[in-house]
Amino acid sequence: MDKIFRVNMTDLTTKIEAVPAAWAGLGGRALTSTIVAAEVPPTCHALSAQNLLCFAPGLLTGTAAANSGRLSAGAKSPLTGGIKESNAGGTAAQMLAKLGIKALIIEGAPKSGTWYNLSVGINGVTINEEKELLGVGNFAVIDAVEKRLGKKTGVLTIGIAGELKMTAANISVKDPDSKIRSHGRGGLGAVMGSKQIKFISIDGEGAKPVTIADPEKFKTAARAFSKALLDHPVSGEGLPTYGTNVLVNILNEAGGLPTRNFTTGQFEGHDKISGETMHDTIAARGGKVKHGCHAGCIIQCSQVYNDKDGKYVTSGFEYETIWGLGADCCIDNLDDIAKADNLMDDIGIDSIETAVMFGVAMEAGILNWGDSKEMLRLLTEEIGKGTALGRILGGGAGSVGRTYGVTRVPVVKNQGIPAYDPRSVKGIGITYATSTMGADHTSGYTIATNILNVGGYVDPLKKDGQVELSRNLQIATAAVDSTGMCIFVAFPALDIPECLPALIDMINARFGIALTGDDVTNLGKHVLKLERKFNQEAGLTNVHDRLPDFFKNEPVAPHNAVWDFTDAEIDEFWNF
Amino acid sequence: MLITLKLFATFRNGRFKVAEQELPEGTDVRAVVLSLGLTEEEIGIVMLNGRHGELDSKLSDHDTLSLFPLVGGG
Repeated sequence: MDKIFRVNMTDLTTKIEAVPAAWAGLGGRALTSTIVAAEVPPTCHALSAQNLLCFAPGLLTGTAAANSGRLSAGAKSPLTGGIKESNAGGTAAQMLAKLGIKALIIEGAPKSGTWYNLSVGINGVTINEEKELLGVGNFAVIDAVEKRLGKKTGVLTIGIAGELKMTAANISVKDPDSKIRSHGRGGLGAVMGSKQIKFISIDGEGAKPVTIADPEKFKTAARAFSKALLDHPVSGEGLPTYGTNVLVNILNEAGGLPTRNFTTGQFEGHDKISGETMHDTIAARGGKVKHGCHAGCIIQCSQVYNDKDGKYVTSGFEYETIWGLGADCCIDNLDDIAKADNLMDDIGIDSIETAVMFGVAMEAGILNWGDSKEMLRLLTEEIGKGTALGRILGGGAGSVGRTYGVTRVPVVKNQGIPAYDPRSVKGIGITYATSTMGADHTSGYTIATNILNVGGYVDPLKKDGQVELSRNLQIATAAVDSTGMCIFVAFPALDIPECLPALIDMINARFGIALTGDDVTNLGKHVLKLERKFNQEAGLTNVHDRLPDFFKNEPVAPHNAVWDFTDAEIDEFWNF
Repeated sequence: MLITLKLFATFRNGRFKVAEQELPEGTDVRAVVLSLGLTEEEIGIVMLNGRHGELDSKLSDHDTLSLFPLVGGG
């Protein structure tokens, strides 16, 4: 039977609890958001003992289902002030699932200045004082934990940004190559830092395969699901070849590539930072064009990017990071962007929030447009050392905007807007405005239908159909985020009729239940409404479901598009 | 008429990134696709002057036509 592992950092106790009946059918985001909504006072300070941090593998995590190894992390976000779920690959989710840990809940905060690490194993959690690794970067933490506890140990860790409770701090997850994947958005690293936990190790000893109620049915469904993933041109061919960065050229052509802190929609240097150039560079330098973030990933959108001498620089090098430090900061040097990506992993800071922040910092005059060397210095010497300036930068785009009096600050609910201009790709603007997570492209990825012709086509430059598109995708995404599945399964699910039924069949076969498509949709709706209620009680109402004014007032080239939804049109989103 | 033709992702293999093409008046996107040795099924996204186009879209002088296979990210 699965258990809940609970840790109290105030009195330094741990316990193992039975799973409450109401949580039994939940996993991933549905579970973390349910836990946060049930146990965190919405108005609490996110860095206080009243907040909690929880981790939950998805409903299918630990099974043989392709692409099911994502881990959800949840808390009240210190960045947005609302509920947060952030999911990541790596090895931890599958280890937790196979240990029978449905959720790990960390509550309270130490009363003294002592720092700790947590050891999670089959018999429970132990809390250990940690001295040696304080102030150490994430890559070195992973190395040290492997030396201490063995190569196979799972690791969740925070860097200097999390230790200093910067609101852009992330939580790093060890991947199968002992590199890093991230619970990136919303400052969850600061929440872990507020509990004075430097890292969590996971010992897989005693782990068992997860039980499957109907193995034959599961096998049949898993095969159909994998086939759909491999048959779809996006998940089967595009993503493994070019990674997510193929989008640079597409968004540039569509005029939706935010450039120079969202002042124009096309970047002159787009080709130098494009997915096509990146692919050729990786291949020429002996890196890996395709690579998985977790065992069982068959899409392989990640990659290993080497320098000119063939030495590792970074992996999991994503479009949003490259767009942000590239087009939005007018940097056309992919090697410097790759170095920054590695530094952000080591410091433990969200690469989207930080990239959007640098665009605002350039507008503020902290550094010049396109100055990649100064960007690297600010990362290393200011953020990485926790100087006063570093802490302002480490607070994200909103923090820099407020401190320097910048008015063009692309955030919603104080979270940086990624990679797609909402004026010229209007569906994603509805997602940014209404998402319970703050500006988050993954929570309702309308780019699929607005730009990529996946799941039909809705004209990105017109208002028609955008609210409905975003609503349907946000509902579906909330459900998918609860299964442990990578969000990219949505591409085949939108186009191949066998894909979604196979996913539901796998859940049914795993648990011996009989969910229908409607049940899954209702789960997604339930999760969104639960998160919305928490946010409203925390003080985030429909007034916060808005884009910054400059999107209304400043037309963006080349289409001279503005954000032209009325408040009432946006609020219609919640009519379900 | 003169158009600018841009190719992306796998469409560049053995072809080009960008080229100017002199075409007869009234040429549509489909004719350009076929002239490249591509099939209609291979076309994921057609952009004509930064807006989504169709295989039936007629080209005009000084148009920029961009062709992508079905790719994506996020």
